[in-house]
Amino acid sequence: MNSKHVSVFIPCLVDQVYPEMGIAMIKLLRSFGYEIFYHKEQTCCGQPAFNAGQRKEAIKVAGHFVEVFAEDGLIVSPSGSCTAMVRKYFPNLFEGHHACETAAALGGRVLEFSEFIQQEDLLNKISGKWKGRIGFHNSCHSYRELDIDDFPLRILKRIDGVEPVRPPGEPVCCGFGGLFSFKFPAVSATMARSRLEQFFELGLKTIVSNDPGCIMHLRQEAKDKNMNMDILHLVEFLERTTKTI
Amino acid sequence: MNTQKQFKKQSAEKAHDQQHLLKIRKAIRTYDEKVAEMKQAQFIDWPAARKQAGQIKQYVLENWADLLEQFESNMKENGAEVLWAETAEQARQIFLEIADRHKAKKIVKSKSMTTEEIELNETCEANGIEVWESDLGELIVQLAGEKPYHIVTPAMHKSKAEISKLFHEKLGSVESDSAEELTMIARAHLRQAYVTADIGVSGANFLIADPGLVHITENEGNIRLTTACPPVHVVIAGIEKLLPRLEDLALFLPLLATSGTGQQLTGYNNLIRGPRAAGEADGPRKMYVILLDNGRSQLHADPKLRIALRCIRCGACLNACPVYKTIGGHSYQTTYQGPIGAVLTPQFRGIAEWHHLSDASSLCGACTQVCPVDIPLHELLLENRRQSDEQSNTSLFWKQSLKIWAVIMSDRGKLNAFHRAAANGAEAAALLLPHETGKRIPKLARQTFAQWWEENEQS
Repeated sequence: MNSKHVSVFIPCLVDQVYPEMGIAMIKLLRSFGYEIFYHKEQTCCGQPAFNAGQRKEAIKVAGHFVEVFAEDGLIVSPSGSCTAMVRKYFPNLFEGHHACETAAALGGRVLEFSEFIQQEDLLNKISGKWKGRIGFHNSCHSYRELDIDDFPLRILKRIDGVEPVRPPGEPVCCGFGGLFSFKFPAVSATMARSRLEQFFELGLKTIVSNDPGCIMHLRQEAKDKNMNMDILHLVEFLERTTKTI
Repeated sequence: MNTQKQFKKQSAEKAHDQQHLLKIRKAIRTYDEKVAEMKQAQFIDWPAARKQAGQIKQYVLENWADLLEQFESNMKENGAEVLWAETAEQARQIFLEIADRHKAKKIVKSKSMTTEEIELNETCEANGIEVWESDLGELIVQLAGEKPYHIVTPAMHKSKAEISKLFHEKLGSVESDSAEELTMIARAHLRQAYVTADIGVSGANFLIADPGLVHITENEGNIRLTTACPPVHVVIAGIEKLLPRLEDLALFLPLLATSGTGQQLTGYNNLIRGPRAAGEADGPRKMYVILLDNGRSQLHADPKLRIALRCIRCGACLNACPVYKTIGGHSYQTTYQGPIGAVLTPQFRGIAEWHHLSDASSLCGACTQVCPVDIPLHELLLENRRQSDEQSNTSLFWKQSLKIWAVIMSDRGKLNAFHRAAANGAEAAALLLPHETGKRIPKLARQTFAQWWEENEQS
């Protein structure tokens, strides 16, 4: 065991709805030899208000995020979308704000979970067993804002017996889009259903993703349409299948 | 019903229309396959090509006034008349004056979104001028009494059977399930228009400043006839359509053909320099170029949104957009649909009335990824949302909700208190809402991550 420290950013959705994802991530990080630092004052990155154009509200919440994490080194998060908010959009949100520099600097230190595995070269620490084909849902923000492409698949391939599959034309939006799913529920639901059907038609009933927002949305739609599918976060899947834990 | 309510209603209806969904997705899947193949076949480095194209269009935006003047003076030298329209209304008046001058009773038109933007057809009809659409897709929507469904493929939503029935009803043709036969029916119908029309009206894909050329691309040959046969040719084009030099087409023609229709090059590319010159045997005797502003200068003055004026109207962002693929082109009720329409329309027609189009996006960024001139479309949607909120267009419900949210989310103590209070309340609220919205309310965990940490990790 080395004594490397890492700070964790637990997005609001994970904190309030899916704490098990945060717990799984922490267990994995520890199994890789990291000591975890968790700021208990943390809340949210501010993305819902930012995406709604409500900058005043966004900056209030994002400002809190910056205060909480300002002094940290590497920060890991189980969400591509929240990571993208910090890295890609904080400079825009904080333009002209006194905390702009601190906020922009955070972008280089917040990493989505699979990015962290890649950057810290931890791939060979993952091993485990499972059997079957798995659909991988790369979130739009992971792929397009963070350039996360096939690395999560390489992580999945570390588990013996896993055959990860990406449907053609990736990535395809799950339809979540935060408040978009409340403002245009019918459109958002159809997008989710189309996405689920894409997996279903390929015979994929276990789907792994790296974004809690997409996972929530797809789970809600699968339940509503009585589609029998298992939709998991990458960290949850690893927790279930790896030997190290 | 206001534009926003109408959009919400129509988009929801389309989202539930399974048949429409299948039709559109099938059409776009065919397009996707062709585009992917063509990108590979004719570009060694597609990302570099789109970067370069973006830079050329950016150069246009940074040297706009000079290039426009250069285009104007070169076209004048070639014998064309160049007219400036600040608004759609001015463009309509200019056109009607031209029509009056040439005693025009009948015009033949090629496909042009700019003429849709100024509602030229309606203007002509109201003034007793007959309009013949010569583009197959435009003819179909004109006969059906509809607006274009898509900026590149206006009749994308019509099946062969629907077109056959429409032609049978409106043109008296025999029903057919062959695309070729249907095209021949349209062709026979249109041929008479070219030789009897008083004015041929076209748009432009590119206005080339040096040496002063109007470029129009097509696949049907109808533009060649529309712009060559009638005695007068009127071009109506947005002032952002400029390209600096003729050689820029070497990049832009394959780029536009690939992104627009998945072709190597379109079937016909017309370069028009002016009216019939002395000693030439044919071509229109008079050529006018109406340059339309209609909000473009104002958009140009906005340093964040100016980049949207790079757009070459290839339609790739529509085809990539999962929202467009769900709600279809007509739900937008705008000239320009899809992501580019959602960026431009609030700016051109008023953010108060049209901001809902910018809201209707999951911000997935597929539009940005496919744009051949490197416009960060989804970031511009965000900028529209920011401006909309700044101009107090956010509904009271969302304004207040997010204000409360911000108070809770910037204070861990309040968030903890919220969780205690809301754990049961959320489920009750979900039941009170319509199912479609209610099912979106997540069930809160019994114990938050923060609580778990406190109980398990802190000594």
